[in-house]
Amino acid sequence: MALIKCENISIAYEGQTVVHDLSFEVGQADYLCIIGENGSGKSTLVKSLLGLKAPAKGKIILGDGLKQNEIGYLPQQTDVQKDFPASVYEVVLSGRLNSRGFRPFYTATDKEKARENMELLGIQDLERQCFRDLSGGQKQRVLLARALCATKKLLLLDEPVTGLDPIVTQEFYQLINEINKKSGIAVVMVSHDIESTMAYASHILHLQETALFFGSAMDYQRSEIGQAFLRGGEHHA
Amino acid sequence: MLEKMIEMFSYPFMVRAILVGSLVSLCSALLGVSLVLKRYSMIGDGLSHVGFGALAIATAMNAAPLGVAIPIVILAAVLLLRISGNSKIKGDGAIALISTGALAIGVMVISMTTGMNTDVYNYMFGSILAMSGKDVELSMILSAAVLILYILFYHKIFAITFDETFARATGVRANLYNTLIAVLTAVTIVLGMRMMGALLISSLIIFPALTSMRICKTFKSVIINSAIVSVVCLFIGIAISYIWATPAGASVVIVNMGALFLYTIVGSVKNRSF
Repeated sequence: MALIKCENISIAYEGQTVVHDLSFEVGQADYLCIIGENGSGKSTLVKSLLGLKAPAKGKIILGDGLKQNEIGYLPQQTDVQKDFPASVYEVVLSGRLNSRGFRPFYTATDKEKARENMELLGIQDLERQCFRDLSGGQKQRVLLARALCATKKLLLLDEPVTGLDPIVTQEFYQLINEINKKSGIAVVMVSHDIESTMAYASHILHLQETALFFGSAMDYQRSEIGQAFLRGGEHHA
Repeated sequence: MLEKMIEMFSYPFMVRAILVGSLVSLCSALLGVSLVLKRYSMIGDGLSHVGFGALAIATAMNAAPLGVAIPIVILAAVLLLRISGNSKIKGDGAIALISTGALAIGVMVISMTTGMNTDVYNYMFGSILAMSGKDVELSMILSAAVLILYILFYHKIFAITFDETFARATGVRANLYNTLIAVLTAVTIVLGMRMMGALLISSLIIFPALTSMRICKTFKSVIINSAIVSVVCLFIGIAISYIWATPAGASVVIVNMGALFLYTIVGSVKNRSF
């Protein structure tokens, strides 16, 4: 049983179909990268996977005990949080909200989990720091810790390294790889960065309104479409 | 000074004004932090104009002012959120449309009925004499409701204020809480506007939050600090208004400006020393 199984889904956005007849699945401990050009429907797909946008056709089936509100989501960096007064601890802890239900306050377990995840990502020293004063890389680690607080099974990362410098980017990829390999948490990452994607991903979904390719990373490298896209990626780099 | 204070508290209307004022300023400070951070600062201003229009209509119909104003302003608040959430008119545009529209309706109604008189002046700029025993009761109920709801939903309010998409993805019903904040804001504004004035009431929502954000670095400390700053400023403002016979609303805003100035200086000194 897969964690996520999409069966012939079509997603419409403001009356226009942006994704159609898309089928793919994410298994336990998979590392799936979703690649594709701007406007290929990646962001819309992310919204649907999060349950924020119902597909117009087809079905998204969650399996293996994965609940809709237990996907660890790491959003693209936004400007909204620039002047937000919040400590790192407050942000990370807010990831535990889905385990609260209607109960209003966090328990000792929640706080412990938050601390554990901060330690895992090496940000325990920043606990009392203000989120807005952090560097781009630190911010992403904090948001990743929050995402880990929200999930036991699946991380969904939407272009997580946008705006980070190359060294921090590599560190971040390694971190995610470690989490994937050690804790067996499946990773679904939307990415622009073809080279790094190929270094870590186990599966590739090449999206252009529908799946141009879905399969293992190895097969993708051998496929015609994969080779064309990879060469294109090298040109850009 | 102390004598003046004691004298001030010997007038029932002053006690009512201080009581209602403190409770309203407490509520608006709490709600204000979320509104300012969600870029809805102007919502308070827009709603107070709607409140003005509603009060004008109530006066014309000889109806109870709060009974007419509260439902109308709540409706406007929900409408504003809905419009700014999902349509082609962006948030700030929607607020400007609704607030000037309501103001125009209010002015038309007034000019066709009573004409511009002291009542209208009081709606615009507030009057310390406006608070009745009924207002005291209502503001106590309201502030109890705001406080309880705020504490119960504190973590959820934090989550939707910080990152609404993530909050939604983890199952927080963001629309519900946004509406809750809007409704509570609407009631707070209607209660406070007759004392502070329709043109000045939104300062209670905006000033304390921005003031606290100069110094405080965590959400919790911003909330607590805002509440304290807001109530203290209101008290000083009303005392000034009593002693020097200045308009209550304007005095409170001036004190709030002073607090913002003070916090800005302290904040920049603090940052430099690091």
